[in-house]
Amino acid sequence: MLILEIIRVAFGALLANKGRAFLTMLGIIIGVGAVIAMMAIGAGAQKAVQDRIASMGVNQLRVFADRTTTRGVTRYRSLTTDDAQALRNEMTLATAVVPDMGGQYQVKYGNKNNSVRITGTTPEYFSLRNYQLAAGRFFTNGDMSASQRVAVLGSVAAENLGIGPQDVGSTLRIGGMIFDVVGIMESKGSQGGWDNPDENIFIPITTAQYRLMGNNRINGVTVQVVAQEWMLAAQGEMERILRRERQLRPEQQNDFRFFNQQELATTFAESTKIFGLLLASIAAVSLIVGGIGIMNIMLVSVTERTREIGIRKALGARRSIILLQFLLESITLCVLGGAIGMALGYWVAKVMASSGGWEVIVTPQSLLLAVGFSVGVGLFFGIYPASRAAKLDPIEALRYE
Amino acid sequence: MKTAFPFVYLRSILQARRHIVGRIPAAGNSAKHWKGHTLMLIEMRGIEKVYKLGSERVNALRGIDLDVSEGEYVALTGPSGSGKSTLMHLIGCLDSPTAGRYLLAGSDVSSMSDAALARVRNRQIGFVFQTFNLLPRATALHNVEIPLIYGGLGSRERRRRATAALERVGLADRMKHQPNQMSGGQRQRVAVARALVTDPSILLADEPTGNLDTATGNSILELFAQLHASGQTIVLVTHEADVAAHARRHIVLRDGKIESDDANK
Ligand SMILES: Nc1ncnc2c1ncn2[C@@H]1O[C@H](COP(=O)(O)OP(=O)(O)O)[C@@H](O)[C@H]1O
Ligand SMILES: [Mg+2]
Repeated sequence: MLILEIIRVAFGALLANKGRAFLTMLGIIIGVGAVIAMMAIGAGAQKAVQDRIASMGVNQLRVFADRTTTRGVTRYRSLTTDDAQALRNEMTLATAVVPDMGGQYQVKYGNKNNSVRITGTTPEYFSLRNYQLAAGRFFTNGDMSASQRVAVLGSVAAENLGIGPQDVGSTLRIGGMIFDVVGIMESKGSQGGWDNPDENIFIPITTAQYRLMGNNRINGVTVQVVAQEWMLAAQGEMERILRRERQLRPEQQNDFRFFNQQELATTFAESTKIFGLLLASIAAVSLIVGGIGIMNIMLVSVTERTREIGIRKALGARRSIILLQFLLESITLCVLGGAIGMALGYWVAKVMASSGGWEVIVTPQSLLLAVGFSVGVGLFFGIYPASRAAKLDPIEALRYE
Repeated sequence: MKTAFPFVYLRSILQARRHIVGRIPAAGNSAKHWKGHTLMLIEMRGIEKVYKLGSERVNALRGIDLDVSEGEYVALTGPSGSGKSTLMHLIGCLDSPTAGRYLLAGSDVSSMSDAALARVRNRQIGFVFQTFNLLPRATALHNVEIPLIYGGLGSRERRRRATAALERVGLADRMKHQPNQMSGGQRQRVAVARALVTDPSILLADEPTGNLDTATGNSILELFAQLHASGQTIVLVTHEADVAAHARRHIVLRDGKIESDDANK
């Protein structure tokens, strides 16, 4: 068939100049590679964020301290255990009010001495975040009220210290203070890269406040609201209680901020948009550069094969056949480059993700996009050289030396 | 030119009649007869070709009237630069005239689209060049198959006809060879096979022996004589008298004009 011959000729031309073909494809390889890598990493990051959103739960609200600026002076005042206590006592729409405080401390176990993030919180924290035990128990309200020195270890923190399930009941030192290991958690996985519970050690918040850290500053309070439709009302309730508790005058702005799933979703959508734009511009630039390279080499190819074009025309090749032949050659270059780029991009994404701590997700859409882009670039940048070849005058082409 | 056309056409009809009456059809050509008459293949009237080289204008052809009917073996001679190649390119629809009328097998070539011209070059014309013009990276067989590919033939029929054409020019044992693995004479035979494989109305050969030694050249000319004997219409360009002697009709070009044509004597 005619189309088979056209394909044969296109491949033959590429095979006759393998090195040149590869160098020409490099632009497309890098372009498509970048797109695939970034989309895979982006999709992985997206999943991580979604997991975090899911882990927070739809009817949870978090409040934490925020900077305020009045007349050029920026102030920051932490939330305190007193604020948390006020919320716990007065909120009517909350089923749980869970403050947490934290700090980095030296932890000694046996001959191990690691710097670990210590989180002081209440027992509800574990159920709120859906954490599971691998061994032992979580600490209890009893531990809380007695400010017991008990610790629940995240899986990575335990592993780093060489503590296994059989070691529940043994003691370790946090900041020089002796704690009982009462439980080890199951691995939870990173919650988006910045707060990995597996690397934490959890202790009762009272112990943290009065024994270990010696202050009442907390990171924030997570509130479980009775139902999703009461979120806004609950937020209003919290705002009223906190403003009073923190003695803000009416003209002063809130020195705290709420964080809920809605807000997270919005922030996420925004960052996704920026990420998408970045991705698109990188893809566009590299594909344009790659495409120009292909156009250049195709023009060279047309010039080199002027005589061949003349012969083919003299033997009855229509313009459209010559056009198709060169177009197919540039598309083949692009698609081949695209395929190599996909493999390269996948590999890069895997390497980067394994160091970044999230998974790589190559979606069918991104593959389709890459193939589509490759064909598009091949068509767009191939059409000019191909039409030049097609329009060649047979006699002039035959006379070309 | 347009207003003159009916008269030109009338004249061509009269001339065609003269050919029909005056010529004896070649033997074995009966299949190509049309209502018992010999078909007029080439009818050229007032053909001019001007090349523009910057500001310079080269009048390569200045008013050519030419009729060639089916089965003829025409030798086109003349000094170098007289316009022989230019005329051949026009006949072969590789180029178009600056002025004049050209009917190929009765249809007006000047009004044809690119696709139609490609079809004419593919089906009606077989061109043999002085420099062979084979595709260097393709085997003899594939070179011969190319016109059939563009003609839309299936691969089996293509192979069969290309093989037959190569056998006909005596290259049955060189099918898988590439041009650079063959002698000049063998290459030109491949080119002839390629020109013949579509069974064209006219075989055009522009100095086909120009790049060959005398013995090899003669074998090509012998091949042409055989083709002519089996009814093939041939127009051959040469500047050697002994080559021209092979043909039945001799046309001499000089400065873009027909100086003599023994069909008109
Ligand atoms: N492409 C061209 N551009 C300009 N002049 C040309 C071209 N081809 C041929 N000529 C001129 O036209 C004339 C006829 O050339 P050509 O047909 O090749 O002669 P021949 O084949 O009889 O030697 C010559 O004067 C030649 O220089
Ligand atoms: Mg010549």
